[in-house]
Amino acid sequence: MSKVLMKGNEAFAEAAIRGGCNCYFGYPITPQNEVPEYMSHELPKAGGKFVQAESELAAVNMAYGAAASGGRVFISTSSPGLALMQEGLGFICSCEVPLVAMNVSRGGPGVGGIQPGQADYFQVTRGGYNGDAKIPVFAPSTIQESVDMIYECFDIADKYRNPVIIFADGMLGQMMEPVELPPHKGLATPEEIREKKPWAITGKNNHEGRNVVKSLRLQPDVLEKHVEMLFEKYAEAEKELVRYKTMNLDEAEIVFVAFGTMSRICAEAIELLEEKGVKAGMIRPISLWPFPKKAFDEIGSKAKIVISTELSMGQMIEDVKMAVAGRWPVGLINRTGGIVPSSIEVAERALKALEEVK
Amino acid sequence: MKKKMFFAGSGGQGALAIGQMIAKAGMEEGNEVTWLPSYGPEMRGGTANCTVIVSDKPISCPLINDADVLVAMNLPSLRKFESMVNPGGCIFINSSMVPETSSRTDVKVIEIPANEKAQELGNDRAANIVMLGAILVETNCCRKDTIMHQMEKMFSGRKAKFLPANIAALEVYCK
Repeated sequence: MSKVLMKGNEAFAEAAIRGGCNCYFGYPITPQNEVPEYMSHELPKAGGKFVQAESELAAVNMAYGAAASGGRVFISTSSPGLALMQEGLGFICSCEVPLVAMNVSRGGPGVGGIQPGQADYFQVTRGGYNGDAKIPVFAPSTIQESVDMIYECFDIADKYRNPVIIFADGMLGQMMEPVELPPHKGLATPEEIREKKPWAITGKNNHEGRNVVKSLRLQPDVLEKHVEMLFEKYAEAEKELVRYKTMNLDEAEIVFVAFGTMSRICAEAIELLEEKGVKAGMIRPISLWPFPKKAFDEIGSKAKIVISTELSMGQMIEDVKMAVAGRWPVGLINRTGGIVPSSIEVAERALKALEEVK
Repeated sequence: MKKKMFFAGSGGQGALAIGQMIAKAGMEEGNEVTWLPSYGPEMRGGTANCTVIVSDKPISCPLINDADVLVAMNLPSLRKFESMVNPGGCIFINSSMVPETSSRTDVKVIEIPANEKAQELGNDRAANIVMLGAILVETNCCRKDTIMHQMEKMFSGRKAKFLPANIAALEVYCK
């Protein structure tokens, strides 16, 4: 198949269409505006429905409704927009409704800025919704990986009957790279929806009685059982959805932990350190929840320090410390507010951190 | 082979567009490419720039610390970015819009009166394509035939009428 040069945001949207998305609800926010723009003209051509909602709150609840009736739903936003969607995501988890949500993140808190950021790590992995729920989160580092992931995540969402979040950032959304697009999976027919999603509110069930999608459970014992059932699914997800890549862990004195855009900068910093005779390696979490704890068991005997490298004041570092479990000192290299450090800055700070622990 | 190129100008001058054409042509030639724009609350007349990397190996980081080639379509772009060019690298200056030259003496400075040449062809808006022709000749970042192929794709359908004027603009320097 031939490659095309595509802008990240447009490729994300095209991947969702080819993944069989038939409903998209969005509200403009930089740096993901090309997603709704692209969807507005391309999704209808592919037989889907595009709605520009009046706010992110409206978009997530429209998505909730469409997914509850069996739609294959995609939504996208950027950091403050995701904050507005949190209430809906909690309801959707409780109701066991599948959908794929994309966060093309920027600087915060509040409206913050529009340049790339990763300070939504807590927002996506811990959630801002109430109650006990989990959402699988995947953080791609290239446009190709994003496309493959979005394409696949509809099936993951369907399997677990839960939202799945794709966590990109402004740089991935705005840049262009060659991509190979997968074939269109085709849109599900009403019969297929009823067969594959027998719980969906289609108005025409194959069984007696009604389908009910709800999150209200007033009796504590009923609610407790429901939440325990959700957590049986999450336990399964924790086994099945762990994804990561590693680089030079056997030889590395410095082990970076970085995802998304930061992992690409770290990859270049590793080359710069090599030129100075210092071996560095990397763990690149792809699934942020479930966090790839087992990757840390692959760290070799030469490691002197593990450095969480983030576009935030240090959020992933909490998961890194838990995974490290005291085996190595844990450092932090970070910039925030939309500043993306150069590979030179990362390499210099890593060298300094190494000297301090030696 | 790895070429790190930086294109800068004011919004509407087409700096991002020629960067994109080089990235697309580079991809067509089988290379790895990345195109990374500055983005923000920008508009026509504001500043705009992009980074293009063309490489025969996978590209880890789309951001650059230094450039082999700088294309400055206006004066603020030259002043702001000339220091990032590697010694021995190339600075292209749109001399129609930039009354000064580069302060760098360790790089090759190429002054191209892009707007004047485009105006002579009766199409001021093709100044960026005039510049693109000069870049192709000097840097070999990609081939003329793949750029021509990209232009044919870009100027097709309703825009097909603009193709001959743009080919003429490209061929001012790239015969």
